[in-house]
Amino acid sequence: MTAQVWTRRQMLLRGSAAFGGLLLAGCDRLSQSPSFQRVLGSAEHLTYRAQRMLIGQSLAHEFTEADLSPIFRSNGTRDPNNEIYNRLRANQFEDWRLRVDGLVGRPLELSLAALRAMPARTQITRHDCVEGWSAIGKWTGVPLGSVLNMAQPIAEARFIVLYCADELERNDGGYYESIDLIDAFHPQTLLAYALNDKPLPMPNGAPLRLRVERQLGYKHAKYLMRIEAVARLDAIGRGKGGYWEDRGYEWYAGI
Amino acid sequence: MSKSTRLTAWRNSVYHAWVMSAPEVIRRHTRATRLLHWVNALCVFLVLMSGLQIFNADPLLYWGQHGASPDRALLAVGAHGFPHWATLPSWQALAAGRRWHFFFAWMLVANSALYLLFSLISGHVRRDLLPSPTEIAPAHLLHDIWNHMRLRFPTGQAAKRYNVLQKLAYVGVIFVLAPLILATGLTMSPGLDAAFPWLVHLFGGRPSARTIHFTAAMLVAAFIAVHLLMVILAGPWNEVRSMITGRYVVPAGKTTR
Repeated sequence: MTAQVWTRRQMLLRGSAAFGGLLLAGCDRLSQSPSFQRVLGSAEHLTYRAQRMLIGQSLAHEFTEADLSPIFRSNGTRDPNNEIYNRLRANQFEDWRLRVDGLVGRPLELSLAALRAMPARTQITRHDCVEGWSAIGKWTGVPLGSVLNMAQPIAEARFIVLYCADELERNDGGYYESIDLIDAFHPQTLLAYALNDKPLPMPNGAPLRLRVERQLGYKHAKYLMRIEAVARLDAIGRGKGGYWEDRGYEWYAGI
Repeated sequence: MSKSTRLTAWRNSVYHAWVMSAPEVIRRHTRATRLLHWVNALCVFLVLMSGLQIFNADPLLYWGQHGASPDRALLAVGAHGFPHWATLPSWQALAAGRRWHFFFAWMLVANSALYLLFSLISGHVRRDLLPSPTEIAPAHLLHDIWNHMRLRFPTGQAAKRYNVLQKLAYVGVIFVLAPLILATGLTMSPGLDAAFPWLVHLFGGRPSARTIHFTAAMLVAAFIAVHLLMVILAGPWNEVRSMITGRYVVPAGKTTR
């Protein structure tokens, strides 16, 4: 009798182990299936809609100097180290220009001095990486909205695309990002040229990077070269709206 | 007494003994509980394993408003975090892990909302889950713990309802760990933090919320391990069947065995 019970238990245990193994193997296969990944990805639309409804125009929390990370770490590209960037960096970005074009009434070319001459905003905010870590830094820059108001996007413009000087991997397309107009005109969305009261260091995106405070770190494009107003994202890069988005990450990185 | 009357009496007593020794079958779980249990089980396994995948992207835990590699970590889990068999997908893939996690997190929230709605309205929470004052009296608790340690489980009438340790475990997971995991999970969202800054204040920072999220999830994993062990010890066929078809054979007490 006892022997039979134990046989049953062993059967159950082995059966569960085999079932578990199959389940996990199945999950791994589903992780490689593009159509199933699209099903899982549908949750992003729900998250985007829910968050847009809840957060409105609310501001990200601003900290005090006492809260600053002792060292603000960098991630991704720390030195673009290509011919164009090295040449611009050699003379302190004096020849660097930010191009603003696409679906705008008035395309612009702005020097670092021109950006510094515009009304600035300083904010101490938390930077949240998709990997899970957080750092607090003090950013100074021009609200992206002010630059866009100068360039006057036309009615068809729906997204702002930011092109960078760096390639995260050689010959794998340059880094780029995109945000919607709600985030582009948010008062805390900056084109930042200073971190902790010093010119933006190279590992953090010199000479200019995006701050889009209510989203994760990979949206905060560094080494900015060009801003383009567009109606759709599918013709840019691999069509998902950003370097990491093209590699499976969410376009809306609010969580 | 005639011969036939004696025979009838004998027959009756045999029948009576048979009825008394026949296992009593009850309907243990309602249809809603059973359905929601299995959807919940699927979702919890998938969010736990995809959660470990996300954790492995930076297998360090911090406390406070900021926490990154230059800061002092509270805890480091190995050099690369959890082993591949514990993560979903089994290889390092943060983007895919996040997709699994958020899809099934939404599903888990919906399923849990249905469960709460149903259980509160039907009286399941009050009737079956909340321990009575006599049950949580220290003497009764100690007695139950002692019985569990000797692997002696309730039989007869007592087996028809949850015992007090079971109730406390279920209530702890449903009303403490689950809300805590949801709230700390939402606190890790920079978007929601802008809308609800009190969330960050409540947990003392996003890195703290992440640490609590992880710890509570590990407690849920520990609950699942004990839950499965108990199912095996209490009689896996009977227990699993009761959660699939609802049929539960009440374990006979010692006096009738």
